[in-house]
Amino acid sequence: MQTDAKPLLSVRNLRTNFFQDEGTTKAVDGASFDVLPGKTLGIVGESGCGKSVTAQSILRIVDHPGRIVEGEIILTRADGTEIDLVKLKADGREMRAIRGGDIGLVFQEPMTSFSPVHTVGAQIVEAVLLHNAVDRKEARRRGIEALRSVGIPKPERRIDEYSFELSGGLRQRAMIAVALSCDPRLLIADEPTTALDVTTQAQILDLLRTLQRERGMAIMLITHNLGVVAEMADDVVVMYLGRVVEQGRVDDIFHDPKHPYTKALLQSIPSIESEPRVKLPTISGSIPHPFNRPPGCPFHPRCASYIAGRCDAQEPVLRDLGKGRKASCFLYQ
Amino acid sequence: MAELAAPPEAGIQAEQRIAVATQWQLMWWRFRKHKLALAGTLVLIGFYLVAVFAEFLAYVDPQESDAQRSLIAPQSIHWSDDGRFAPYVYGLKGTRDPVTFKRVYVPDTSKKVPITFFGRGEHYQFLGLIPMDRHLFAVEDAKVAESLFLMGTDTQGRDLWSRLMYATRTSMTIGLVSVALSLVLGVVLGGISGYFGGVIDTIIQRIIEILRSIPTIPLWMGLAAALPGDWSVVQVYFAITIIISLIGWTELARVVRGRFISLKEEDFVMAAELVGCSKARIIFRHMVPSFISHIIAATTLAIPAIIISETSLSFLGLGLRPPAISWGVLLQDAQNIQALVISPWLLIPSFAVIVAVLAFNFMGDGIRDAADPYL
Amino acid sequence: MLAYIVRRLLLAVLTVWAISVLSFIIIHLPPGDYVTSYIASMSASGSAVSEGEAKALREQLGLDKPITIQYMKWMGLMLQGNFGMAMEWGRPVTDVIGDRLTLTVVISLAAIVFTWALALPIGIYSAVYRYSFLDYLFTFVGFVGLAIPGFLLALIVMYVGFAWFGANVGGLFSPEFAEAPWSFAKAWDLTKHLPIPAIVLGVAGTAQLIRIMRSNLLDELRKPYVVTARARGLPEYRVIMKYPVRVALNPFISTIGYLLPYVVSGSIIVSLVLSLPTVGPLLLKALIAQDMFLAGTIVLLLGVLTVVGTFLSDLLLMWVDPRIRLGRE
Repeated sequence: MQTDAKPLLSVRNLRTNFFQDEGTTKAVDGASFDVLPGKTLGIVGESGCGKSVTAQSILRIVDHPGRIVEGEIILTRADGTEIDLVKLKADGREMRAIRGGDIGLVFQEPMTSFSPVHTVGAQIVEAVLLHNAVDRKEARRRGIEALRSVGIPKPERRIDEYSFELSGGLRQRAMIAVALSCDPRLLIADEPTTALDVTTQAQILDLLRTLQRERGMAIMLITHNLGVVAEMADDVVVMYLGRVVEQGRVDDIFHDPKHPYTKALLQSIPSIESEPRVKLPTISGSIPHPFNRPPGCPFHPRCASYIAGRCDAQEPVLRDLGKGRKASCFLYQ
Repeated sequence: MAELAAPPEAGIQAEQRIAVATQWQLMWWRFRKHKLALAGTLVLIGFYLVAVFAEFLAYVDPQESDAQRSLIAPQSIHWSDDGRFAPYVYGLKGTRDPVTFKRVYVPDTSKKVPITFFGRGEHYQFLGLIPMDRHLFAVEDAKVAESLFLMGTDTQGRDLWSRLMYATRTSMTIGLVSVALSLVLGVVLGGISGYFGGVIDTIIQRIIEILRSIPTIPLWMGLAAALPGDWSVVQVYFAITIIISLIGWTELARVVRGRFISLKEEDFVMAAELVGCSKARIIFRHMVPSFISHIIAATTLAIPAIIISETSLSFLGLGLRPPAISWGVLLQDAQNIQALVISPWLLIPSFAVIVAVLAFNFMGDGIRDAADPYL
Repeated sequence: MLAYIVRRLLLAVLTVWAISVLSFIIIHLPPGDYVTSYIASMSASGSAVSEGEAKALREQLGLDKPITIQYMKWMGLMLQGNFGMAMEWGRPVTDVIGDRLTLTVVISLAAIVFTWALALPIGIYSAVYRYSFLDYLFTFVGFVGLAIPGFLLALIVMYVGFAWFGANVGGLFSPEFAEAPWSFAKAWDLTKHLPIPAIVLGVAGTAQLIRIMRSNLLDELRKPYVVTARARGLPEYRVIMKYPVRVALNPFISTIGYLLPYVVSGSIIVSLVLSLPTVGPLLLKALIAQDMFLAGTIVLLLGVLTVVGTFLSDLLLMWVDPRIRLGRE
């Protein structure tokens, strides 16, 4: 990663645990990464690796029985000051101003992300009124503008419609409009295209890129789809079982992966250039149950480069390998 | 594939146990965690044991009445006599109240009537087959009908404890018969409605809606009042059961229909069809096991309503009538507030109703929570 | 939307017809008819009724025609507003029923208002603060409330009132107002007496509604739109009340429709215990005396009452749920 620009958001050693009757799940177990202004950071990993909980932790909307137990989330405000989001009260005025104001969230499920009994407009206007000192007429005007900016035709009519009257693609655009209505500097997109078909997917990604260019907004793109990452991200963070296992610029990650997990992930993508009639390589084993974390490096039971005696005994740390590359593996330590 | 370091043994074993457990075992494990549901189940087992052993637990013929013994207060059992464990009650002495000139019974402390447990008393037929004469409570050296009144007597001088035992039997079983009927009606009609859909579904749905809109008590009152007064106790019993289940099936039908509709869309049903299974096989072998636990839960939860209905109807005098004995019949005596204030023990059967209904509700809730895979 | 209204209206009409048939059948189930019981009561008091008199009486009351004709006659008369004579009382049915039906409506509505006012906030609280101490407490109290049959609760209330306060808590009016014509003072007296019957009637329904509200709200709280509302920066209180509660209200409101028959039903028994001057005690007496016009009319009127109430609640639901309004049930 380029280290000359000051990060917009800096996550340091974040740990978020879920305390349940059956045991404690370490959903995020020491994650650290930076989001640079105006750039897109892609967070990849399999389901259950903690990507969504990371996003929730940043926005301080982690559901009970989860709690942030350690770490810092440093946000650089518009006026240059820094603030640690972990130290704020989750439901306090400051955090709520940031939530939706400085940081916007686009969610995975356009179908159910809107309240079925309120109009789309009501929800956008509400967001605008929350973060800006304007009157209703102005808020409505801004809402219509927001809908227009995401490419929804006839926004002045659509604003009074209910979400079930919109198609899936339009709904996702409306979602983005709500998130953008207050001009956030960081947009967190959690699997924004997973529930959409491929053509709509492409359109939404285009839209996101355009908006980013126009507004200089940073995007934190969470996905398990490596193709989306390749297309959109400037920098990539790979997560496994709540930890960051590799970091780097997108080109570096895809052409020169360091961590065995990243390597295996990339190998398992079917490609038009692979040999026909040869079995698709997969990662052996499956993700361990959260209560059954393997000792040492969490990936070692499935690792092709496993070193007995080392990988199952000690935990590797995220090491800087120079030129913005970081990896958490004993191969490099 | 390199040999991998295995995750901890206990974790793997636990996962495997869960993987091979049957649906019923899983339900049982979840059910076990519900303390209230377990308590409810135990209570219900107790109630049904009472129902089976009614003759043993009672000590007097429940119909034996003596106007002179009306409205005697419950006696307290004294557990030790001069330091030994020898339970007894005081005998009763009849005196005339100087103010009202009514005959009143007061404890006669000079007379101690010892109680034996598992002693001999009146003869009866256990389960209608085995002749026995042992009772839980019996007295020596005295006539039990004149000495023991553990819960007092009612306005006609009948012993309430014995009557309560028999009433438990009637009230707890009438619920079962009624719910069985509702179950059959509900499953059949709900199943047809859900599985075949279309016009049949609409018709049955409308019927259900109509039935649900009718206020039940006036209807039941009407139907019950219409029963000929000369019908035997058993005939009335069954007629009441049928009347109550005629409306009760709607709830079960709704549950069954809902399940069928959602199951119809499941992929495994389509897979069974594609393999060539007959409709009957699909329904009974594939679909029914998926929701049988829900049916059990809904059925269990339907019983308390039936118990309350029967008790209410009998209380009004429109349900079971004497000489039948049920909780509702027992509570008829409590209708008169003035009498109630003087003899509050007449309300004791109400505790039986409340506890039974609570127990069924807890157990039913526990079953439903255990059966629902999405909780 | 129009289609929805028409459909519900049609259903309401059908239900009323079904109830009328049922009421009629009920009245004719017992062997013998009014004249038989009339003869029996006459002979019990010592006088006899001759064959000829009986026959004339039957003709006079129209009891000698076939059942279907009787039904038609009955329906025809009722649609004209003529509910017939209460044979036992010798006065028009409308006279005898009089205020009682209105009072039945009044306590039923009071019970429903009480139910709502209590069940809604408790249900919301129980869902949001799941597994808290108050949640367990409410759940337990709710269970107990469900377990106590209405008449039993009424009995206990009467008993407590009598034994501890020496007061008769039954009745809807103080003695001076009982037979008096309507006035503000009488209405106020009624309001003062309403709480006890309303609470007794409403307890079971409240318990049920609390459970429904709690479970519906719990379902909604898990949904993504709640997360997005939070992510927009709404304070937690508004997040809950404005969105999931609003959505969970819909099944809540549709349940009100089916609460009405339950409450009206319960009011019969509770009125009997608490000696309220409503339709309940009257119905019981009529059934025992096999007074066809009176009993049948009461059952029918009660049924119509509940159907109207259900229909109104359907309309309320339509107003509240945009999905129905815009034709996407």
